[in-house]
Amino acid sequence: MAISVDPPEVSREHFRKANITFPILSDPNTETIRAYDLVHKGAGEGGRDIARPAEFLIDRTGTVRWVNLTENFWVRATPEQIMQAGKTLP
Amino acid sequence: MTRRSTWPVWAGLLLTVIAVFSYMAVFVNFPLTRDVPWATFLLFAIALVLVALGLRGAFQAGSSRGKKIVSSIGAVLSVLVVGLFVFGFYFGSRLPVSNGAPRVGQKAPEFRLSDSNGHLTALSELLTTPLNGIAPRGVLLVFYRGYW
Repeated sequence: MAISVDPPEVSREHFRKANITFPILSDPNTETIRAYDLVHKGAGEGGRDIARPAEFLIDRTGTVRWVNLTENFWVRATPEQIMQAGKTLP
Repeated sequence: MTRRSTWPVWAGLLLTVIAVFSYMAVFVNFPLTRDVPWATFLLFAIALVLVALGLRGAFQAGSSRGKKIVSSIGAVLSVLVVGLFVFGFYFGSRLPVSNGAPRVGQKAPEFRLSDSNGHLTALSELLTTPLNGIAPRGVLLVFYRGYW
């Protein structure tokens, strides 16, 4: 599932066009982004705070099993990397 | 004896400034030219060639000292503009350290956020609500910059 600061309408439209069906959540006040210490201050349009790119694989007990703090938002974890990480889930 | 003009130095300096502004106004909107500013570097290269040509003209035999000094200043300014851009780009826009981000083995902070249909969704719900009758083994959380 994806989290960004965009309001639901913006995300919905973007993902509808891209035909993506996993849950897309909005965190416009960066509350969750701050809880995960991912704030990139002033890096958004108009100087707003946004999230730096990051991926977390969380098991059903709520424990983090794998983290990817990407330096470049173009460089995403590959499906293979995520599948490998998924194998570690109990 | 032909006297070479030094206008290329000023054209070069102007081009470096244009290159910086064009990055901020145009190229930053396209990922291809934003993350590695190829277009800007290309403009810088052309600008520096112009500056070099102008300097060569300024240091021709018979050129006045004033011309040499002024052209040199123009050349230094051009190099400064390029240097400032490169410095600002590579050192000014680094990602935050995020030392406080949850690590492997730690609990992921709970959240409750609206999905794209306006429904509130909590992490704990996502972890426990069966999908097609099957309990999820986990959740992959992907944080995006946003502003598509």
